[in-house]
Amino acid sequence: MESKAPVIRVFHVYKRYGAQTALADITLDIGQGEFIFVTGASGAGKTTLLKLLYLGEPVSEGHILVDGMNLSRIRKDRIPFLRRLFGVIFQDYNLIPNRTVFENIALVLEVAGHRPALITKKVASVLRAVGLEDRMHAYPPSLSGGEQQKITIARAIAGDPKIILADEPTGSLDEESAEDIMNLLRTLHHRGATVLIATHDRDLVRGAPARRIHLSRGRLEQEAAES
Amino acid sequence: MKFFALKRALRDLKNNMVLHSVTVIIIALSVLIVGTFTLFSANAARVIRAWEKGVRLIVYIADGVPTADIDTLRNDISRMEGVTEVHFIDKQTALARLTERMKWQTSLLESLDHNPLPDALEVWIDPARKKWETIEMLAIHIQSSHLVADVEYGQSWLKRFSGVLNLFRFSGVMMAMVFFLAAVFIVANTIRLVFYSRHEEFRIMRLVGATDRFIKAPFYLEGLIQGAMGAVLGMAVLYAVFTALTTSIDLDAVVNTFSIEFIPAKTLFIILLCSMFAGWLGCYISLRQFLKE
Repeated sequence: MESKAPVIRVFHVYKRYGAQTALADITLDIGQGEFIFVTGASGAGKTTLLKLLYLGEPVSEGHILVDGMNLSRIRKDRIPFLRRLFGVIFQDYNLIPNRTVFENIALVLEVAGHRPALITKKVASVLRAVGLEDRMHAYPPSLSGGEQQKITIARAIAGDPKIILADEPTGSLDEESAEDIMNLLRTLHHRGATVLIATHDRDLVRGAPARRIHLSRGRLEQEAAES
Repeated sequence: MKFFALKRALRDLKNNMVLHSVTVIIIALSVLIVGTFTLFSANAARVIRAWEKGVRLIVYIADGVPTADIDTLRNDISRMEGVTEVHFIDKQTALARLTERMKWQTSLLESLDHNPLPDALEVWIDPARKKWETIEMLAIHIQSSHLVADVEYGQSWLKRFSGVLNLFRFSGVMMAMVFFLAAVFIVANTIRLVFYSRHEEFRIMRLVGATDRFIKAPFYLEGLIQGAMGAVLGMAVLYAVFTALTTSIDLDAVVNTFSIEFIPAKTLFIILLCSMFAGWLGCYISLRQFLKE
């Protein structure tokens, strides 16, 4: 898909934890409808970069603009609305253990104010998409790592977000499931979503027709051309 | 959103049933104690009102006052502010009444060689003006006449009883305030405990776009529900005890001038609202911390 105007703009961003610098002088534009891999070794700053985009963490220096909102100046009460632009596939799942799979996914739609009938329909639809419709009433701790990851993915796409941030989305999946999930993300991309995938899995990136951003020790080292 | 808030509130009440039950029971106990005070106070006030209707002044005429002067005095008193009726009771009528009241001890009166009772005027007061100050002023004014030997308002003890009742009411209000604060504190503590036990859940909810309002709404509903349940439970227990006592004890033998009644519906409604407000306030205090985070 042809990239359009930037939906995310990152200007000379730094992220520091005490004396340690996790990200240094990151500047990049991400166009609406782009499919991007953020690559780099463990600890390179991939997860931190994604967190800064949905304000999971504040920047230490620099500015980030998401859909025209300057995250350094955003009002506290607008943060939930910023986050609803994103569907985040968390590396550590972030599922609520004492809520069923249905309730975990429905939460995204409830906070957005959707009607119960639509929520039921939508949750069933995304669970079907990840192949876990039969686990709707299970609790996350009773699921395998791979299943939990799929539920996280289902939750991320349930609200039809404008931007999908995926942090190692296939890390806990077998090869076949990983391929299914990648196909699902590509489908969402074709429907217009901007997709950012942080991964250290070279096989996942290899040959994929996508823009690639490489991070090394918190610095944007190179941007590979779209193949 | 209201639907989801109510759903989550009910689910949380169910999931933390023991904790919430303890809170409801404590609120119910507070309501029970305050309700008992209210019940007693309301009925005591009715007793006083019933007895106050009988308040009158008895003006004893000095010995040897001619009938014409008594009539003049009677007319003067009739024109005084707050006086509705004045009846003359001559000493023979007074003795006849006394004899009637003491019919089992008539021998005491038979031994009298003369009628020791004075002529008297019975002065009835306008119920609308029946304040103790008015009655006292009237008594002093009448007493100042040289025709009057003494003025008595036999039920003056009611004034003292009223004072005791007012003190009782004041204690009741103070106690209600203490229990209200206790209920607020208990609800606040319960909500705080629940909130901290679900801190991780709320972090995740925020990550997926939940507003503070979305997260807090069920807690406010829980506070309101706890307050309402506590009030209903407390009142139900009080009503059960009240019914058991009023049916098992022959109250007519104790008080035959009026019937004992339960707390009026309006007061019950106010107690319910206060209890719900205590629940809401407890939540507000507890969640203010959350707002600051």
